[in-house]
Amino acid sequence: MRDHITLQVARYRPEQESEITFDEHEVPCPKDWVVLDGLNHIKDHVDGTLSYRWSCRMGICGSCGMTVNGEPKLTCATFLADYAPGPVRVEPLRNFPVIRDLIVDIDDFMRKLARVKPWIVRQAEKPLAEGEYLQTPDELDEYKQFSMCINCMLCYAACPIYGLDPKFIGPAVIALAQRYNYDSRDEGSADRMTVLSEHEGIWGCTFVGECTKVCPKHVDPAGAIQRYKLTAALDSMKSFFLPRGA
Amino acid sequence: MAGSHVYTDYHPRWLRRQVSTYWWLEKRDYFAFILREATCLFVGWFVAYLLLMVKAVVGGVGSYQPFLDWSATPWVLTLNVVSFLFMIYHAITFFVAAPQAMVVHVGRRRVPGNLVLAGHYVAWAAVSVIVSWLLLGA
Repeated sequence: MRDHITLQVARYRPEQESEITFDEHEVPCPKDWVVLDGLNHIKDHVDGTLSYRWSCRMGICGSCGMTVNGEPKLTCATFLADYAPGPVRVEPLRNFPVIRDLIVDIDDFMRKLARVKPWIVRQAEKPLAEGEYLQTPDELDEYKQFSMCINCMLCYAACPIYGLDPKFIGPAVIALAQRYNYDSRDEGSADRMTVLSEHEGIWGCTFVGECTKVCPKHVDPAGAIQRYKLTAALDSMKSFFLPRGA
Repeated sequence: MAGSHVYTDYHPRWLRRQVSTYWWLEKRDYFAFILREATCLFVGWFVAYLLLMVKAVVGGVGSYQPFLDWSATPWVLTLNVVSFLFMIYHAITFFVAAPQAMVVHVGRRRVPGNLVLAGHYVAWAAVSVIVSWLLLGA
Protein backbone atom coordinates (compact mmCIF):
# COMPACT_ATOMS: atom_id res chain seq x y z
CA MET A 1 0.00 0.00 0.00
CA ARG A 2 1.28 3.48 -0.81
CA ASP A 3 2.25 5.57 2.20
CA HIS A 4 1.19 8.87 0.61
CA ILE A 5 -1.89 10.04 -1.26
CA THR A 6 -2.64 13.15 -3.31
CA LEU A 7 -5.15 15.63 -1.91
CA GLN A 8 -6.66 18.08 -4.39
CA VAL A 9 -7.89 20.85 -2.16
CA ALA A 10 -10.29 23.54 -3.32
CA ARG A 11 -9.11 27.09 -2.75
CA TYR A 12 -11.20 30.22 -2.93
CA ARG A 13 -9.48 33.39 -1.84
CA PRO A 14 -12.00 36.16 -2.54
CA GLU A 15 -9.33 38.85 -2.46
CA GLN A 16 -7.50 37.06 -5.31
CA GLU A 17 -9.93 34.82 -7.18
CA SER A 18 -13.46 34.82 -8.48
CA GLU A 19 -13.64 31.02 -8.94
CA ILE A 20 -12.48 27.91 -7.10
CA THR A 21 -9.00 26.63 -7.93
CA PHE A 22 -7.29 23.47 -6.72
CA ASP A 23 -4.00 22.96 -4.90
CA GLU A 24 -2.40 19.52 -4.96
CA HIS A 25 -0.53 18.11 -1.99
CA GLU A 26 0.97 14.75 -1.20
CA VAL A 27 -0.01 13.81 2.35
CA PRO A 28 0.83 10.76 4.46
CA CYS A 29 -1.77 8.02 4.27
CA PRO A 30 -1.52 5.73 7.26
CA LYS A 31 -4.58 3.52 7.59
CA ASP A 32 -5.98 5.50 10.53
CA TRP A 33 -5.78 8.93 8.85
CA VAL A 34 -8.99 10.59 7.83
CA VAL A 35 -9.37 13.38 5.26
CA LEU A 36 -9.36 15.93 8.07
CA ASP A 37 -5.93 14.65 9.19
CA GLY A 38 -4.69 15.28 5.66
CA LEU A 39 -6.02 18.85 5.74
CA ASN A 40 -4.48 19.45 9.17
CA HIS A 41 -1.17 18.14 7.83
CA ILE A 42 -1.31 20.65 4.97
CA LYS A 43 -2.23 23.51 7.30
CA ASP A 44 0.47 22.63 9.85
CA HIS A 45 3.34 21.79 7.48
CA VAL A 46 2.67 23.13 3.99
CA ASP A 47 0.27 26.06 3.74
CA GLY A 48 -1.06 27.73 6.86
CA THR A 49 -3.51 29.85 4.88
CA LEU A 50 -5.80 26.91 4.07
CA SER A 51 -9.15 27.60 5.73
CA TYR A 52 -11.71 25.05 6.88
CA ARG A 53 -13.91 24.30 9.88
CA TRP A 54 -13.37 21.48 12.30
CA SER A 55 -13.62 20.83 15.99
CA CYS A 56 -14.28 17.48 17.65
CA ARG A 57 -12.70 14.96 15.22
CA MET A 58 -15.25 12.35 16.27
CA GLY A 59 -18.42 12.94 14.27
CA ILE A 60 -20.22 14.87 17.00
CA CYS A 61 -19.82 18.58 16.28
CA GLY A 62 -20.85 18.51 12.61
CA SER A 63 -18.30 21.18 11.65
CA CYS A 64 -16.10 19.39 9.14
CA GLY A 65 -18.62 18.54 6.41
CA MET A 66 -17.08 18.87 2.95
CA THR A 67 -17.43 17.36 -0.50
CA VAL A 68 -15.02 14.45 -0.88
CA ASN A 69 -14.74 13.09 -4.40
CA GLY A 70 -18.16 14.50 -5.18
CA GLU A 71 -19.93 13.13 -2.08
CA PRO A 72 -20.90 15.11 1.01
CA LYS A 73 -18.89 13.65 3.90
CA LEU A 74 -17.77 14.35 7.43
CA THR A 75 -14.03 14.59 6.82
CA CYS A 76 -13.32 13.34 10.34
CA ALA A 77 -15.05 10.07 9.50
CA THR A 78 -13.77 9.57 5.96
CA PHE A 79 -10.59 7.53 5.75
CA LEU A 80 -7.95 8.46 3.21
CA ALA A 81 -7.02 4.82 2.73
CA ASP A 82 -10.51 4.13 1.36
CA TYR A 83 -9.63 6.36 -1.61
CA ALA A 84 -6.23 4.81 -2.36
CA PRO A 85 -4.46 5.19 -4.70
CA GLY A 86 -6.11 8.60 -4.96
CA PRO A 87 -6.31 11.38 -5.76
CA VAL A 88 -8.82 12.68 -3.23
CA ARG A 89 -10.61 15.86 -4.21
CA VAL A 90 -11.85 18.00 -1.31
CA GLU A 91 -14.30 20.81 -2.03
CA PRO A 92 -16.66 22.94 0.04
CA LEU A 93 -20.18 21.63 0.65
CA ARG A 94 -22.40 22.17 -2.34
CA ASN A 95 -25.50 24.37 -2.37
CA PHE A 96 -24.02 26.89 0.07
CA PRO A 97 -22.20 30.14 -0.71
CA VAL A 98 -18.46 29.74 -0.20
CA ILE A 99 -16.84 32.26 2.12
CA ARG A 100 -13.25 31.06 1.79
CA ASP A 101 -11.55 27.83 0.70
CA LEU A 102 -13.60 25.05 2.32
CA ILE A 103 -15.75 27.27 4.52
CA VAL A 104 -19.38 27.80 3.57
CA ASP A 105 -21.95 30.23 4.85
CA ILE A 106 -24.68 28.39 6.79
CA ASP A 107 -26.66 31.44 7.95
CA ASP A 108 -29.59 30.40 5.75
CA PHE A 109 -29.90 27.14 7.67
CA MET A 110 -29.58 28.84 11.05
CA ARG A 111 -32.38 31.28 10.20
CA LYS A 112 -34.66 28.50 9.01
CA LEU A 113 -33.90 26.33 12.02
CA ALA A 114 -35.03 29.00 14.47
CA ARG A 115 -38.37 29.31 12.65
CA VAL A 116 -39.45 25.76 13.60
CA LYS A 117 -38.74 26.30 17.31
CA PRO A 118 -36.34 23.41 17.84
CA TRP A 119 -36.87 23.29 21.57
CA ILE A 120 -39.56 21.95 23.90
CA VAL A 121 -42.53 24.29 23.79
CA ARG A 122 -44.97 24.24 26.71
CA GLN A 123 -48.23 26.16 26.70
CA ALA A 124 -47.95 26.37 30.48
CA GLU A 125 -45.07 25.20 32.61
CA LYS A 126 -46.12 23.00 35.51
CA PRO A 127 -44.96 24.04 38.99
CA LEU A 128 -41.51 22.88 40.03
CA ALA A 129 -43.04 21.13 43.01
CA GLU A 130 -44.69 18.64 40.65
CA GLY A 131 -41.28 17.41 39.56
CA GLU A 132 -39.84 16.48 36.19
CA TYR A 133 -41.66 15.81 32.96
CA LEU A 134 -41.37 12.04 32.96
CA GLN A 135 -41.00 10.00 29.80
CA THR A 136 -41.06 6.28 29.13
CA PRO A 137 -38.41 4.49 27.02
CA ASP A 138 -41.06 3.97 24.31
CA GLU A 139 -41.78 7.70 24.24
CA LEU A 140 -38.05 8.38 23.98
CA ASP A 141 -37.77 5.95 21.06
CA GLU A 142 -40.36 7.96 19.13
CA TYR A 143 -38.00 10.88 18.56
CA LYS A 144 -34.53 9.60 19.48
CA GLN A 145 -33.51 8.95 15.87
CA PHE A 146 -34.22 12.56 14.90
CA SER A 147 -32.39 13.87 17.95
CA MET A 148 -29.14 12.45 16.58
CA CYS A 149 -28.87 15.27 14.01
CA ILE A 150 -25.61 17.20 14.41
CA ASN A 151 -26.43 20.03 11.97
CA CYS A 152 -23.58 18.99 9.69
CA MET A 153 -25.42 20.17 6.54
CA LEU A 154 -24.52 17.11 4.49
CA CYS A 155 -28.22 16.61 3.75
CA TYR A 156 -28.50 20.12 2.34
CA ALA A 157 -25.43 19.58 0.19
CA ALA A 158 -26.92 16.34 -1.18
CA CYS A 159 -30.39 17.78 -1.84
CA PRO A 160 -30.81 18.98 -5.44
CA ILE A 161 -34.11 20.62 -4.50
CA TYR A 162 -32.35 22.91 -2.02
CA GLY A 163 -29.70 23.62 -4.64
CA LEU A 164 -32.31 24.61 -7.19
CA ASP A 165 -34.64 26.41 -4.79
CA PRO A 166 -32.83 27.85 -1.76
CA LYS A 167 -36.19 28.87 -0.27
CA PHE A 168 -36.87 25.20 0.53
CA ILE A 169 -36.66 24.87 4.30
CA GLY A 170 -34.55 21.73 3.92
CA PRO A 171 -34.12 18.24 5.37
CA ALA A 172 -32.37 18.85 8.70
CA VAL A 173 -34.76 21.62 9.77
CA ILE A 174 -37.76 19.35 9.17
CA ALA A 175 -36.09 16.40 10.91
CA LEU A 176 -35.32 18.61 13.91
CA ALA A 177 -38.87 19.94 13.95
CA GLN A 178 -40.07 16.33 14.01
CA ARG A 179 -37.66 15.58 16.85
CA TYR A 180 -39.75 17.93 19.01
CA ASN A 181 -43.12 17.10 17.45
CA TYR A 182 -42.66 13.47 18.52
CA ASP A 183 -41.49 14.41 22.02
CA SER A 184 -44.23 13.62 24.54
CA ARG A 185 -43.25 16.68 26.62
CA ASP A 186 -43.71 19.11 23.74
CA GLU A 187 -46.83 21.16 22.94
CA GLY A 188 -45.53 23.20 20.02
CA SER A 189 -46.51 21.08 17.02
CA ALA A 190 -49.26 23.51 15.93
CA ASP A 191 -46.74 26.38 15.87
CA ARG A 192 -44.36 24.31 13.76
CA MET A 193 -47.10 23.23 11.38
CA THR A 194 -47.60 26.84 10.31
CA VAL A 195 -44.01 26.94 9.07
CA LEU A 196 -43.67 23.37 7.85
CA SER A 197 -46.90 23.43 5.84
CA GLU A 198 -45.78 26.37 3.73
CA HIS A 199 -45.05 25.74 0.08
CA GLU A 200 -41.32 25.94 0.80
CA GLY A 201 -41.78 23.61 3.78
CA ILE A 202 -42.46 19.89 3.46
CA TRP A 203 -44.20 20.29 0.11
CA GLY A 204 -41.00 21.54 -1.46
CA CYS A 205 -39.55 18.04 -1.02
CA THR A 206 -40.02 15.70 -3.97
CA PHE A 207 -38.41 12.77 -2.15
CA VAL A 208 -35.10 12.41 -3.92
CA GLY A 209 -33.97 10.60 -0.77
CA GLU A 210 -30.29 11.57 -0.94
CA CYS A 211 -30.48 13.37 2.42
CA THR A 212 -31.07 10.07 4.16
CA LYS A 213 -28.33 8.30 2.23
CA VAL A 214 -25.61 10.81 3.13
CA CYS A 215 -26.65 11.35 6.75
CA PRO A 216 -23.72 10.23 8.94
CA LYS A 217 -25.98 9.81 11.99
CA HIS A 218 -28.77 7.78 10.32
CA VAL A 219 -31.37 10.42 11.11
CA ASP A 220 -33.45 9.70 7.99
CA PRO A 221 -34.58 13.25 7.18
CA ALA A 222 -36.44 11.99 4.08
CA GLY A 223 -38.52 9.74 6.34
CA ALA A 224 -39.21 12.65 8.69
CA ILE A 225 -40.48 14.72 5.78
CA GLN A 226 -42.71 12.00 4.34
CA ARG A 227 -44.18 11.29 7.78
CA TYR A 228 -44.94 14.95 8.21
CA LYS A 229 -46.60 15.12 4.78
CA LEU A 230 -48.97 12.41 6.01
CA THR A 231 -49.58 14.32 9.26
CA ALA A 232 -50.24 17.60 7.43
CA ALA A 233 -52.54 15.94 4.89
CA LEU A 234 -54.58 14.24 7.64
CA ASP A 235 -54.75 17.49 9.58
CA SER A 236 -55.95 19.31 6.49
CA MET A 237 -58.64 16.68 5.86
CA LYS A 238 -59.76 16.81 9.48
CA SER A 239 -60.14 20.57 9.37
CA PHE A 240 -62.13 20.23 6.12
CA PHE A 241 -64.52 17.52 7.31
CA LEU A 242 -64.62 18.56 10.95
CA PRO A 243 -64.33 22.37 10.81
CA ARG A 244 -65.40 22.69 14.44
CA GLY A 245 -62.82 20.22 15.65
CA ALA A 246 -62.97 16.49 16.36
CA MET B 1 -24.43 39.23 0.69
CA ALA B 2 -25.24 39.60 -2.98
CA GLY B 3 -22.94 37.92 -5.47
CA SER B 4 -22.01 41.32 -6.91
CA HIS B 5 -20.25 42.40 -3.73
CA VAL B 6 -16.66 43.40 -4.30
CA TYR B 7 -14.22 42.06 -1.76
CA THR B 8 -13.10 44.48 0.89
CA ASP B 9 -11.36 43.70 4.16
CA TYR B 10 -13.76 42.23 6.71
CA HIS B 11 -16.45 42.00 4.06
CA PRO B 12 -15.73 38.91 1.98
CA ARG B 13 -17.30 38.15 -1.35
CA TRP B 14 -19.31 34.93 -1.22
CA LEU B 15 -18.94 32.55 -4.12
CA ARG B 16 -22.30 31.29 -5.31
CA ARG B 17 -22.10 28.24 -7.53
CA GLN B 18 -24.88 27.41 -9.94
CA VAL B 19 -26.41 23.95 -9.96
CA SER B 20 -25.62 22.33 -13.32
CA THR B 21 -28.52 21.84 -15.71
CA TYR B 22 -27.36 18.23 -15.92
CA TRP B 23 -27.18 17.64 -12.16
CA TRP B 24 -29.48 14.63 -12.59
CA LEU B 25 -26.79 12.86 -14.60
CA GLU B 26 -24.19 13.20 -11.84
CA LYS B 27 -25.45 10.30 -9.75
CA ARG B 28 -27.36 7.11 -10.40
CA ASP B 29 -29.78 7.98 -7.60
CA TYR B 30 -30.47 11.41 -9.05
CA PHE B 31 -31.17 9.82 -12.42
CA ALA B 32 -33.51 7.26 -10.82
CA PHE B 33 -35.37 10.16 -9.18
CA ILE B 34 -35.74 12.12 -12.42
CA LEU B 35 -36.84 8.95 -14.20
CA ARG B 36 -39.54 8.49 -11.56
CA GLU B 37 -40.68 12.10 -11.89
CA ALA B 38 -40.70 12.15 -15.69
CA THR B 39 -42.43 8.80 -16.12
CA CYS B 40 -45.43 9.86 -14.06
CA LEU B 41 -46.81 10.84 -17.49
CA PHE B 42 -47.18 7.12 -18.21
CA VAL B 43 -49.11 6.66 -14.97
CA GLY B 44 -51.41 9.44 -16.15
CA TRP B 45 -51.81 7.63 -19.46
CA PHE B 46 -52.81 4.42 -17.67
CA VAL B 47 -55.48 6.27 -15.73
CA ALA B 48 -56.81 7.83 -18.94
CA TYR B 49 -56.76 4.42 -20.66
CA LEU B 50 -58.66 2.85 -17.77
CA LEU B 51 -61.33 5.58 -17.95
CA LEU B 52 -61.64 5.08 -21.72
CA MET B 53 -62.07 1.36 -21.13
CA VAL B 54 -64.79 1.94 -18.52
CA LYS B 55 -66.56 4.29 -20.94
CA ALA B 56 -66.34 1.62 -23.68
CA VAL B 57 -67.69 -1.10 -21.37
CA VAL B 58 -70.59 1.10 -20.30
CA GLY B 59 -71.39 1.69 -23.97
CA GLY B 60 -71.92 -2.04 -24.59
CA VAL B 61 -70.52 -4.35 -27.28
CA GLY B 62 -70.93 -1.66 -29.93
CA SER B 63 -68.32 0.55 -28.33
CA TYR B 64 -66.26 -2.11 -26.51
CA GLN B 65 -65.26 -4.03 -29.68
CA PRO B 66 -63.87 -0.88 -31.41
CA PHE B 67 -62.01 -0.10 -28.17
CA LEU B 68 -60.42 -3.58 -28.24
CA ASP B 69 -59.48 -3.15 -31.91
CA TRP B 70 -57.95 0.24 -31.15
CA SER B 71 -56.06 -1.26 -28.18
CA ALA B 72 -54.58 -3.92 -30.46
CA THR B 73 -53.01 -1.38 -32.79
CA PRO B 74 -49.20 -1.44 -32.57
CA TRP B 75 -48.72 2.04 -31.15
CA VAL B 76 -51.30 1.61 -28.39
CA LEU B 77 -49.89 -1.82 -27.57
CA THR B 78 -46.34 -0.44 -27.42
CA LEU B 79 -47.44 2.51 -25.32
CA ASN B 80 -49.25 0.21 -22.90
CA VAL B 81 -46.29 -2.17 -22.56
CA VAL B 82 -43.93 0.75 -21.85
CA SER B 83 -46.48 2.25 -19.45
CA PHE B 84 -46.84 -1.10 -17.68
CA LEU B 85 -43.07 -1.33 -17.15
CA PHE B 86 -42.99 2.18 -15.70
CA MET B 87 -46.02 1.36 -13.53
CA ILE B 88 -44.01 -1.51 -12.04
CA TYR B 89 -41.10 0.88 -11.48
CA HIS B 90 -43.41 3.33 -9.73
CA ALA B 91 -44.98 0.58 -7.63
CA ILE B 92 -41.56 -0.64 -6.48
CA THR B 93 -40.24 2.84 -5.67
CA PHE B 94 -43.50 3.58 -3.86
CA PHE B 95 -43.17 0.41 -1.80
CA VAL B 96 -39.54 1.18 -0.97
CA ALA B 97 -40.63 4.61 0.27
CA ALA B 98 -43.58 3.30 2.27
CA PRO B 99 -41.70 2.25 5.44
CA GLN B 100 -40.17 5.73 5.65
CA ALA B 101 -43.55 7.45 5.42
CA MET B 102 -45.63 4.95 7.40
CA VAL B 103 -44.70 4.17 10.96
CA VAL B 104 -47.02 1.40 12.14
CA HIS B 105 -47.50 0.48 15.77
CA VAL B 106 -49.00 -2.75 17.07
CA GLY B 107 -49.84 -2.02 20.65
CA ARG B 108 -46.80 -0.17 21.95
CA ARG B 109 -44.36 -1.88 19.60
CA ARG B 110 -43.20 -0.33 16.37
CA VAL B 111 -43.49 -2.63 13.36
CA PRO B 112 -40.08 -2.95 11.61
CA GLY B 113 -39.81 -1.23 8.22
CA ASN B 114 -39.07 -4.52 6.45
CA LEU B 115 -42.42 -5.93 7.61
CA VAL B 116 -44.25 -2.84 6.34
CA LEU B 117 -42.49 -3.31 2.99
CA ALA B 118 -43.30 -7.03 2.94
CA GLY B 119 -46.94 -6.22 3.76
CA HIS B 120 -47.17 -4.07 0.64
CA TYR B 121 -45.78 -6.84 -1.56
CA VAL B 122 -48.13 -9.41 0.00
CA ALA B 123 -51.09 -7.08 -0.62
CA TRP B 124 -49.91 -6.54 -4.22
CA ALA B 125 -49.63 -10.29 -4.79
CA ALA B 126 -53.06 -10.90 -3.22
CA VAL B 127 -54.75 -8.27 -5.39
CA SER B 128 -52.97 -9.65 -8.47
CA VAL B 129 -54.20 -13.19 -7.68
CA ILE B 130 -57.78 -11.98 -7.22
CA VAL B 131 -57.72 -9.95 -10.44
CA SER B 132 -56.17 -12.90 -12.33
CA TRP B 133 -58.85 -15.22 -10.97
CA LEU B 134 -61.57 -12.80 -12.03
CA LEU B 135 -60.13 -12.46 -15.54
CA LEU B 136 -59.06 -16.03 -16.18
CA GLY B 137 -61.03 -18.22 -13.79
CA ALA B 138 -64.45 -16.65 -13.88
